[in-house]
Amino acid sequence: MADYALADLEAWDARIREQVAAFGLDCYPQEFEVCDHVQMLGYMAYSGMPSHYPHWSYGKGYEKLKTLYDHGVSGLPYEMVINSNPALAYLMRDNTLCLQILTIAHVYGHNDFFKNNFTFRSTRAEFTIGTFKAHADRVRRYIDTPGIGHDKVEGILDAAHALSLQCRRNLAVRKPTPEEERQRILEASQRPPDPFQAIHKREAAPEPDVRRTPLVPDEDLLLFVRDHNPFLAGWQKDLLTIVHEEAQYFIPQIETKIMNEGWASFWHKRILDSLELPQELQLEFIVRHNQVIRPIPGQINPYHLGLKLWEHIERVGDDPTPEERERLPAGRTGRDLLFETREVDRDASFIRRWLGERLMRDLDLIRYEPRGNDLVISEVSDEQGWGEVKQALLAGVGMGSVPVIRVLDADFGGSRMLLLEHVHDGRDLHLENAERTLGYVHRLWGREVALETVLGSKKTTLTFGERGFAAKAAT
Amino acid sequence: MADSIFRPFNPSDAERSDRSAGDRSRHRSKVRESIRENIADIIAEESIIGQNRDRIIKVPIRGIREYRFVYGDNTPGAAQGNGQSQQGQVVGKARGQQGQGEDKAGDQAGADYYETDVTLEELIEIMFEDLELPDLERKALRQVESFRIARRKGYRAVGIRIRLDKKRTARERARRMVATRKHREALGIERPRFPFHEDDLVYRHMVTDTRDESNAVVLCLMDTSGSMDTMKKYLARSFFFLLFQFICTKYQNVEIAFVAHHTEAKEVTEEEFFHKGESGGTFISSAYVKALEIIQARYHPSLWNVYTFHCSDGDNFDSDNPAALRAARELCDLCNLFGYGEIKPLGSRYYESSMLQIFRRLEADNFQTVLIERKEDIWQSFKAFLGKDRGARQPQA
Repeated sequence: MADYALADLEAWDARIREQVAAFGLDCYPQEFEVCDHVQMLGYMAYSGMPSHYPHWSYGKGYEKLKTLYDHGVSGLPYEMVINSNPALAYLMRDNTLCLQILTIAHVYGHNDFFKNNFTFRSTRAEFTIGTFKAHADRVRRYIDTPGIGHDKVEGILDAAHALSLQCRRNLAVRKPTPEEERQRILEASQRPPDPFQAIHKREAAPEPDVRRTPLVPDEDLLLFVRDHNPFLAGWQKDLLTIVHEEAQYFIPQIETKIMNEGWASFWHKRILDSLELPQELQLEFIVRHNQVIRPIPGQINPYHLGLKLWEHIERVGDDPTPEERERLPAGRTGRDLLFETREVDRDASFIRRWLGERLMRDLDLIRYEPRGNDLVISEVSDEQGWGEVKQALLAGVGMGSVPVIRVLDADFGGSRMLLLEHVHDGRDLHLENAERTLGYVHRLWGREVALETVLGSKKTTLTFGERGFAAKAAT
Repeated sequence: MADSIFRPFNPSDAERSDRSAGDRSRHRSKVRESIRENIADIIAEESIIGQNRDRIIKVPIRGIREYRFVYGDNTPGAAQGNGQSQQGQVVGKARGQQGQGEDKAGDQAGADYYETDVTLEELIEIMFEDLELPDLERKALRQVESFRIARRKGYRAVGIRIRLDKKRTARERARRMVATRKHREALGIERPRFPFHEDDLVYRHMVTDTRDESNAVVLCLMDTSGSMDTMKKYLARSFFFLLFQFICTKYQNVEIAFVAHHTEAKEVTEEEFFHKGESGGTFISSAYVKALEIIQARYHPSLWNVYTFHCSDGDNFDSDNPAALRAARELCDLCNLFGYGEIKPLGSRYYESSMLQIFRRLEADNFQTVLIERKEDIWQSFKAFLGKDRGARQPQA
């Protein structure tokens, strides 16, 4: 049983909040909920949301988590925080007092990050819980509607889930409306006046095609289908909207995993060090802390990498080497740099800006690639290789692990065929997954879909129509 | 900064919080669907034959995976080394399947399949869901009341103390109290207590439920002559296994008997049946005669539903064929279903003699022959065997 009472937690929390304020962290109001492991598994399966629409995939997720937990393969996270205002965090009842203290401090780190990092501006934290609840209610209503029902709702949700991450990544940049796009294209087609008009005849300017849909390649697959498939019913469009909006809510978390976990770890360490814990708690804290932030060979542990980078940033601010000083704006302390960075970066820019050769060598970062049946180290972080390693790391962080798929044409060949393009960056698509996912696009679009990609350095067009899947390599 | 709110753990919330139950059962039914689609492959897996019913088995299934656009096999990645990384070191196995967004030097085997756990019991249930027993004429005499369960059925004013329903009794008393109030006031009776009366007592009423029992026996006959090798025996065993499990789902009381034969037949235990090799030639008739004896002695057809199945490689002595045919006819009369499975692993079919031709002359509606060449045939043959419906195929000749 637990070795503490709720009053203990509140007392520690008060002390932690003093430190939070002293360090200058800026948090949403915080709510903690104490739960047991079954509830925790439930929250994990539904991304922490107190209410969420039903779908079998969450049941699958739950069973997987439960199996792993029951067999002791993986433990449960010490905590879970959701980005909302007030922020909501769950504490596991069975954890020791020390773990609870660590967790509470860690939660305030996340809370501060959610409130201040620019990527989260688009998530409207005040409405998080209400929005998810409203989504759940709507989906349940469709399920209960005669004539729609579970199977039809599932058919749409299955397809929508497969495509939910095929959307714009940088939500801080506003998407131009089609009207604005048209204006821009027309303006771009206006050439500057020709001073030599009298001397030579100007070549006829090509007429810009402003009728095609989309005007510029569109990454928001679900929204595009919603807005351009006239045969979708209202509830189907609504389901696509719901799935899209939920994906948008989670994208900032995907995009800042390393920063966010590193930030929370950095501050829980600072806070607990300043609390002057009694000795037995202090020892346990050190053990737990090191479990969380230990490097894991063969993987990237976001807690570890993030923490190292934040510590590096603070050191650069407080004690820069001469060359670092040159590049640094004058008069910035380590603390200034920390808070500035947590506001303006995402994982990709964070790593690009702050991860240098020396730190990479200390961390022993490597680039691996498949050769035959093995994964082989192709580069290590030495003088020649570190750039390559960094590129490989950058390619995989955040939404970098999701291929970019764009809609090129909604009426390809005049037959309402949907033409998609995979923006190939050297990484091929996984063919079986591409086939199935294209099947889902086809289900939503209702007509043949085609995807242009590159497989084994050959241009290939994958199609999915009435007769199923086909792959055709360009000759 | 405002105070943080702590919500304490609430056990009753926790009990109500099985929020994923609906989604889990939805997922579960998808798994079942997928299992049903792949049932033939699963049967062909040796591991399930002859296992305990409660055992949990891993069943590879397709189709419950969630697909997205992901990067494929040629994707390089970045990871943290062990501190002494060198170019060219092997850090793991390439995966057929790249995980979603995880920079993981793959240490998992190529997981094209998603594996799920089901109990054998459940698997059997799924398998037989859409199979019906063709000839389910239950033998009237043997529908014995086999077990009783007490079931609640309403309330009575009389009963034994232990079945007293306190809540209802208290309610009766309250009712009586309200009903008699005016009367008592009129009479001016002022009593501080209002005790229970015998009329207030309410008892739960129980009835016993009886269920009819139905009996079935599965007679497994197998050729154990020298020509039956391990592979053939395995195929036979798989078939018997399915038959037994299936009969078990349809009858309450199922017995099984094993008859092994070469030139002569004898009744053996399961262990001996499958594991003991014999040698020598084959008189199929000997097994049938033995089966007839067993039926007469212990499983009289008026009391028992008899299912007989015989597995052999068809290598019978020619001189025995007429006798075998005669005995088979008799068996057909006694059994609900009588089957002959000829096991001929691929290739051996052309140079060995076959009983299939001989049995073609047997025109009983409840007789069925199947040919099993490979593991994959077992499920098909089994379905074909049960498809033989005595009711549906009345006289064709």
